[in-house]
Amino acid sequence: MDDQTVLKTTPLHALHLSLGARMVPFAGYDMPVQYPAGVLKEHLHTRTASGLFDVSHMGQVVIRAKSGTYEDAALALETLVPVDILGLKPGRQRYGFFTDDTGGILDDLMITNRGDHLFVVVNASCKDADLAHMQAHLTGCNVELLEDRALLALQGPRAEEVLAALWPDVVDMKFMDVRDASLHDVPCIISRSGYSGEDGFEISVPADQAEQIAKALLEDLHCQPIGLGARDSLRLEAGLCLYGNDIDTTTSPIEAALEWAIQKPRRTGGARAGGFPGADRILGELANGTSRRRVGLKPEGKAPVRAHAKLYADAEGKAELGEVTSGTFGPSVEGPVAMGYVPTRFAEPGCQIFAEVRGKYLPLTVAALPFITPTYKR
Amino acid sequence: MLKFTAEHEWLKLEDGVATVGITSHAAEQLGDLVFVELPEVGAELSKDGNAATVESVKAASDVYCPLDGEVIEVNQTIVDDPSIVNSDPQGKGWFFKLKLKNAADADALMDEAAYQDLIA
Repeated sequence: MDDQTVLKTTPLHALHLSLGARMVPFAGYDMPVQYPAGVLKEHLHTRTASGLFDVSHMGQVVIRAKSGTYEDAALALETLVPVDILGLKPGRQRYGFFTDDTGGILDDLMITNRGDHLFVVVNASCKDADLAHMQAHLTGCNVELLEDRALLALQGPRAEEVLAALWPDVVDMKFMDVRDASLHDVPCIISRSGYSGEDGFEISVPADQAEQIAKALLEDLHCQPIGLGARDSLRLEAGLCLYGNDIDTTTSPIEAALEWAIQKPRRTGGARAGGFPGADRILGELANGTSRRRVGLKPEGKAPVRAHAKLYADAEGKAELGEVTSGTFGPSVEGPVAMGYVPTRFAEPGCQIFAEVRGKYLPLTVAALPFITPTYKR
Repeated sequence: MLKFTAEHEWLKLEDGVATVGITSHAAEQLGDLVFVELPEVGAELSKDGNAATVESVKAASDVYCPLDGEVIEVNQTIVDDPSIVNSDPQGKGWFFKLKLKNAADADALMDEAAYQDLIA
């Protein structure tokens, strides 16, 4: 992005500045990359207590069928997403992705059944394109971007306790449940989900009351503000994809090892098999496999192996296999962690390959994902 | 004698040998370090060439060689525990010792007052 572009801000921008955040441009927004504690301590605090993230830059979208029924909205969105949305129960959420005609991934998203309509959350960097895509194709629906709402993520083993101080009923929610709640008389939509590998919540709140809710959560000393830096290392340890790094239009969901998100009704032989963009390729890959796969990579030494490092079968850099798509030092793993794509014959955990880092070929082991044990409350 | 570079390195000069590290300001900007790679003892380094690499969770950064010289000692303790660079950047967190090709080259570097003006 050029420096002259005016960055957008979230409703918590003033709070970030008052908390001493270091701000960076991200997806067109001026966002906190870290607070004074720093990425390492913020990461560990989220895993041991709880962290509050501003994810208001993400797109919150309501999809309502003109007929007024959930079924029509669900069937419409199923034409763009290879996920069982009709079978999603009220108050439940599911992960999915928009595919294109070649079977690549346009964006990944969270999809909620809100009783008579759908509520979806899409990535900030894709939200304008996603909105246009849905408005063009979901002709039987009204698709509305909620511009007057903020989104907070509260993550970590103490997240339930922190949120229960404002709303005791939170203890009844399970992983991927979505409920309406009143926090200090502010109407919120709360989901028990997130992107850190920890138990936690995402809280959709009216923009003009977002700072009040964030401050109320931060009053609990177990809850600290966490920037985008730690959000990235947390999701990578949890084996979760970052759109634009690990998945994009050049990767299919099967290459990306996301077939778990394609439920039986949308697969060959299912009640609503296919019927989404790129179905021929994606269902074919489900049946026959792919030539490459996204895998976890554990560097054997201490040096982080970062995105775009080239991967090789040998320590001389002769047989190129692919490249690293995300890589960092994992503070909870206490060592480097990475993900990338390799030919399927190298995709077995335990397989040793090499990455080129500053002219050296460093050994890595293909590893099962995630790198940490998630604490989701199922 | 203590000297500084615009790339945020400090040099402590004694008998033609410079002990080199990164400044407190640099350490603070980089954040908690998780990985340090140092040059080999015996390496002949040129001014502004790449001498070491430091990495935080977020990113890798190069440490440049402030003057021409030969590496005669490296600080293995910061390789074993990179957090020493954050806790004592201008003391126990030194990086390497450089036998200067021309000791007089150091005269052109900044003194502490000039460096403080630079980062102010």
